Amino acid sequence: MLKINNLHVKLEEEDKQILKGLSLEVPAGQVHAIMGPNGSGKSTLSYVLSGRDGYEVTEGEATMDGEDLLEMEPEERAAAGLFLAFQYPVEIPGVGNMTFLRTAVNAQRKARGQEEISSGEFLKAIRAKAAELQIDAEMLKRPVNVGFSGGEKKRNEILQMAMLEPRMCIMDETDSGLDVDAMRLVADGVNALRSPDRSFLVITHYQRLLNHIQPDVVHIMSNGRIVKTGGPDLALQVEDEGYGDLLAEAG
Amino acid sequence: MSEAAVQTKDVTPQVSGAPKPVDALQARLDALSLPKGGFTAGARADALARLREMGLPGPRDEYWRYTDPRPFNAPVPQPIPIEAREPDSPLFLDLPRLTLVFVDGAFDAAESDDLSLEGIEIDTLAQADTGADHWAKGLYGVLEASGQNPVKRPFAALNTAAAQDGVLIRVTAKPSRPVHIIHRRAREDADATWHHVIRVEEGAELTLLETGMAGARSNGVIEADLAKGARLHYIAAKRAGHQKLGNAHLFARVAAEAQLKSFALSVNGTLMRHEAFIDITGDDAVAHIAAAVLGDGNVGAFHHDDTVFVTHGAERCESRQVFKKVLKNGAEGVFQGKILVKPGAQKTDGYQISQALLLDERSQFLAKPELEIYADDVQCSHGSTTGALDETALFYLRSRGVPRDRAIVFLVLSFLADALEEIEDEVLRGQINDRLEAWLTRHGNQ
Ligand SMILES: Nc1ncnc2c1ncn2[C@@H]1O[C@H](COP(=O)(O)OP(=O)(O)OP(=O)(O)O)[C@@H](O)[C@H]1O
Ligand SMILES: [Mg+2]
Repeated sequence: MLKINNLHVKLEEEDKQILKGLSLEVPAGQVHAIMGPNGSGKSTLSYVLSGRDGYEVTEGEATMDGEDLLEMEPEERAAAGLFLAFQYPVEIPGVGNMTFLRTAVNAQRKARGQEEISSGEFLKAIRAKAAELQIDAEMLKRPVNVGFSGGEKKRNEILQMAMLEPRMCIMDETDSGLDVDAMRLVADGVNALRSPDRSFLVITHYQRLLNHIQPDVVHIMSNGRIVKTGGPDLALQVEDEGYGDLLAEAG
Repeated sequence: MSEAAVQTKDVTPQVSGAPKPVDALQARLDALSLPKGGFTAGARADALARLREMGLPGPRDEYWRYTDPRPFNAPVPQPIPIEAREPDSPLFLDLPRLTLVFVDGAFDAAESDDLSLEGIEIDTLAQADTGADHWAKGLYGVLEASGQNPVKRPFAALNTAAAQDGVLIRVTAKPSRPVHIIHRRAREDADATWHHVIRVEEGAELTLLETGMAGARSNGVIEADLAKGARLHYIAAKRAGHQKLGNAHLFARVAAEAQLKSFALSVNGTLMRHEAFIDITGDDAVAHIAAAVLGDGNVGAFHHDDTVFVTHGAERCESRQVFKKVLKNGAEGVFQGKILVKPGAQKTDGYQISQALLLDERSQFLAKPELEIYADDVQCSHGSTTGALDETALFYLRSRGVPRDRAIVFLVLSFLADALEEIEDEVLRGQINDRLEAWLTRHGNQ
């Protein structure tokens, strides 16, 4: 599904290299986790994959189902099935959650040559999914993320993911800021979406989320690179020992 | 802020000392046919005398520092072709309302609704002015005259002297429907001058809608007098042709416990100057004045100036000014806004914000916010910002699959939301929002 090969990325405005030869492959149907110290470049990777401005790819490639991601506009990547749950979801005053999400769903459908979803159908779907995530229907009427608590914003990201039904889901620290129950809800939401043709790349600092969302593979990222890849045990090891030994061992 | 500092600033003559070219004014007057007037005769003569004394503004006048008055000074406007057909369906079409149609500033009875509605008296100026007496006699030109201090507004005086037509509305209760004034164009070179007088009696309430454009050049005045506890909601939405020149004035007097809420949406036009002079005279009154402006410098020039003066002359009153401009392709926006708190106007709550969203680097916004305060127990604040699109928000929207152009429409609507919030009625607000969205979507963001 997602293939990243020897990716080098620097900031456009500054002479600062952030990703330094990162390689990673997430096959269809799998859940991969990325853990790594603060500042190692995890969010940068998620932004570069989803097409944010301000970065320059100096070497390497990233493809989704063989298609060059890096050549596409952000909205094209979304229509192709890529989704990023933001580490810091953005507030957009004056734009209703519902309007925004329906526009997004229909724009993606249009880009894929599918018919638009009617407002009745959309409403039914979003109400059901919001209820599963215990998001108050009143919140859906409010402007995008405005006045939402930290945890509500994260749940709203998962709601968007559930409505957009992407094939490649990247989640950047969706668990931070969630209370224990909310984490359970988010994990249930993600697990409900798991399917043989959908993959997940879950960026997290904590093992706890991975108790709920069993990863197939865990990667350790440091200084712009994947330095170690292993099974779910790797996350337990990080939780117990921290990064010190792991990184020293990886050199 | 010290009083001394403020006073020195204020003694600056507002109309510059340089002699005004009298013949320019004469030429301007000669191009108009000045009605003699019936009940307005005295007011018109007084206005003419005021105008002769102050003369036409020059580009060096302090109050015209950011906006070139010369196109307004020219004796006649450049003709502008009449658009074959409005691309939009008329606003508020499906709302119950009483419509009054004006063509190049003159009332068109055949196109308008019947003027009778319970709780409200409606006359048209041209018709009423054939008589010597009218309830509007004590207001026509009177609020305008009192708004000539401390800064001169020559085009408002010119309007009082020259107005062809307008509506005279006296509200005594809460009419069941809003009144909707619709302007249309007929002649390519029309120089339209309209003057409305609105009196909202004690405890009465009116929603007044105004849409459309008059003339190749227009000069409008609204004098609104709100008695104790009266409420006036004024909502204007105007999409001008790209070459259009317009000059509009709102003079309002707000008595105790009265509430004025004014919102204006302006789209396009070469040169637009909107002046508001709000005089809060009674305790516990509220005056909100807001505007949303969209300007595109590509199709012609675009220059839009909002010049606002709010005077607090009573206790515990609240005023809000919310002005938002979206500018692209070298469009220019101006905001001059002042809050004057007179001695004794304690517990005043004055707020002013002016913001521009520049969609490119060629556009610009000039803001001159001012506070002048002579009471010690007041809360006044003003702020002004100029910014570009929020790239993070733009990326967030696009990452969900919303195409760039559509995402920009969302962000522009988001930027304007605070101004639209000033429209109290949800249905009206929704219609204005939908119209804005349609315009933005159709015209793209290049
Ligand atoms: N726009 C930018 N300008 C300057 N530095 C940047 C920018 N974007 C990223 N960086 C730097 O690049 C490095 C990687 O940042 P990134 O946000 O990708 O880390 P992260 O692994 O997500 O960290 P965290 O775990 O704290 O979320 C950091 O040193 C960060 O300061
Ligand atoms: Mg991060």
